[in-house]
Amino acid sequence: MTRRRRRLYFIASSMVMLGIAAALILNAFQENLVFFHSPSEIAEKGISGERRFRLGGLVEENSVVKGDDSVTISFRVTDTAASVPVRYRGLLPDLFREGQGVVADGSLDEDGTFIATEILAKHDEAYMPPEVAAALKKAGQWQGE
Amino acid sequence: MIVEVGHYALILALALSLVQGTFPLIGAQLRYAPWIAMARPVAIVQFGFVAISFAALTHAYVVSDFSVLNVAMNSHSAKPLLYKVSGVWGNHEGSLLLWVLILTLFGATVAAFGGNLPPELRARVLSVQALIGTGFLLFMLLTSNPFERLVPAPTDGQGLNPLLQDPGLAFHPPFLYLGYVGFSMAFSFALAALVEGRVDAAWARWVRPWTLAAWCFLTVGIALGSWWAYYELGWGGFWFWDPVENASFMPWLAGTALLHTAIVVEKRDALKSWTILLAILTFSLSLLGTFLVRSGVLTSVHAFATDPSRGVFILAFLVLVVGGSLTLFAIRAPCLTGGGLFAPVSREGALVLNNLLLTTACATVLLGTLYPLFLDALTGEKVSVGPPYFHATFVPLMVPAVVAAGIGPLLAWKRGDLAGALSRLRLALVFALAVPLATLMFAAKAPMLAVLGTALGTWLVAASIGEFAERVRLFGASPRETWRRAKHLPRAVYGMTIAHAGAGVVILGIVVSVTWETERLQVVQAGESVPVGGYEFTFRGVEDVRGPNYDAVRGIFNVTRDGDLVTVMTPETRIYDTSPQTTTEAAIHPTLTSDLYAVIGDPDGSGGWAARLYHKPLVNWIWLGAILVAAGGIVSLTDRRHRVGAPRRKAGRAGSGTARAARA
Repeated sequence: MTRRRRRLYFIASSMVMLGIAAALILNAFQENLVFFHSPSEIAEKGISGERRFRLGGLVEENSVVKGDDSVTISFRVTDTAASVPVRYRGLLPDLFREGQGVVADGSLDEDGTFIATEILAKHDEAYMPPEVAAALKKAGQWQGE
Repeated sequence: MIVEVGHYALILALALSLVQGTFPLIGAQLRYAPWIAMARPVAIVQFGFVAISFAALTHAYVVSDFSVLNVAMNSHSAKPLLYKVSGVWGNHEGSLLLWVLILTLFGATVAAFGGNLPPELRARVLSVQALIGTGFLLFMLLTSNPFERLVPAPTDGQGLNPLLQDPGLAFHPPFLYLGYVGFSMAFSFALAALVEGRVDAAWARWVRPWTLAAWCFLTVGIALGSWWAYYELGWGGFWFWDPVENASFMPWLAGTALLHTAIVVEKRDALKSWTILLAILTFSLSLLGTFLVRSGVLTSVHAFATDPSRGVFILAFLVLVVGGSLTLFAIRAPCLTGGGLFAPVSREGALVLNNLLLTTACATVLLGTLYPLFLDALTGEKVSVGPPYFHATFVPLMVPAVVAAGIGPLLAWKRGDLAGALSRLRLALVFALAVPLATLMFAAKAPMLAVLGTALGTWLVAASIGEFAERVRLFGASPRETWRRAKHLPRAVYGMTIAHAGAGVVILGIVVSVTWETERLQVVQAGESVPVGGYEFTFRGVEDVRGPNYDAVRGIFNVTRDGDLVTVMTPETRIYDTSPQTTTEAAIHPTLTSDLYAVIGDPDGSGGWAARLYHKPLVNWIWLGAILVAAGGIVSLTDRRHRVGAPRRKAGRAGSGTARAARA
């Protein structure tokens, strides 16, 4: 095999590999890209149905209620302009508290309750998830107008 | 006073790194011996200054000098000594200082022990190292000075985040950095070779041990991080495809590819420009990793440094390093003529396949990690790319790589015999089919993906051992002959066998623990028993405990199997004195075949406590396998040819005379 042939093989197999990778990525993006929405956006964009997304905002004061089995928790997530009821079965992360920022992963059920499969933990009590900060800012601006 | 000495030493180190980054490089170009010879002493002295600086900061932490802003922000007088010391690198400024310390240490090592390197190559390598160091030192002194004073000094510090107060995490960053910075050696050698216009076996023999060592450190660092997440974060996961994890995983993937392709350069004098490119990419990904973690651009559980001005500096530095080195590559790579030709089915061919798959997999991880940042910057849309994306892209690309890793070592250089290799691996094939068949028959549930995963893991372990058995003629020769062969095998072969088998063990650990874990989440009353994966957890109640710097609520579980007491598990919820935050301490009872994992949550107000109990089969194999992978690297590092050193280059190029003069 000549040098030229070898280079050709190398380039061809690289191209094949890139093609496969591109196909895998596009396919995965179509199904697994998780969007972030604030409570206001859910009302505004009319989001509903099966698709998984992340909900972020503040845990509304006095909204946390424990279910009968004590491991199901209901609360409301608010961006001060709108709020969404959330239900989660599991142990809450250490930093979960009323009035604190929270990001929940899950989807809406038929009644518009957000069924969280995961409540994201944050390392630091002073840390505000940037999406939550942005969502709050946005909501604040609307009130101003 | 000591603090000012540290600060001043850092400034002197910057001055020296400017000298080291220019004069030897120019000297090597002009073949001016005194400037070439400068590189060695300057590199060693520069390391000395950075070491003084690091010692000064460590001293400030040990004696809790809160007049230093960095110490006041990140330490506390009540902290145990170990965490005072690890606090040095548990923050942005200190971790940069650690980075530079390691960088200059490696430079000094080359200067001190690189006696058999051609002087011009050594001068160029040390210059490139110094240029990287200049960037980091400037960055520190301009935007992130660890020695900044705080007036008036507070009476006590702000404490370290209690979650980070843990031995697993204390040693996680140093290992990662040893890995990241170790790849800077491969990078410096690559650039020096580009400037020089030649890459040969001697070059590869120098680059490979550095790459191997860096890769071992990075492997250990990643494993430590994942182990920490597993036992500390309290939800039993070990890998989250979090951007910060990806940041360390991408250089590992590229480094793994580099490790393999450097063999081809050394043994077969082929794939030179590809190897150089990989060295550049691997270090660029290491820099990107630092950038991602330390500039605070990430929405991530790890992001605890936020300052955009730093981000801009690192971004500019990144563009300069990556752009500059790739430009140099584009100009000079055509000078690197490749040597040995090979057929597609051959050892080289298998290594090329390995490289293509690893780099493509690395690219999918890169895209998944950066896409949300780009989308946010361009459209303001917030998205996250979670584990499902990586499972759908990374995993399918690794499947053929694992299959090939079993066959590749049996193929001959230049032209291999695929059918022959497969027939010699027939025993491994039998294993790789029998184990998943057995799981299909005996496991209560066996999803197809899990069966495929066990097949792959078994295949890699069996094929690695099979290949080794083949080399020593375990079944074909007398025991004496086998022993003789085993004794004469190079350590690199042992290393490869151990590392490949270790990777197989990791795969088995991941697949089995994820597929067959049992999780119970419920409220337990004192005296209540919960069955979990063949074990019986009996809750005996809680007690209040006082730790060295925290209060804890400790739940007590008696774990029995068939009526016999196995262990008593005591998960805790801790409230640290220095932080309003509570942390959960999972209780873990590890055995070789499975882990029992218990977490205690909140009281329900009527005497019950929320608890999360797991049985995770083979989960320990993940870290056991990672240790094997790193151990394989270390064994390979002790190979005779690395100890003996690189073969001397043949003289014959103009300038070797001056080079010899320079050394004398």
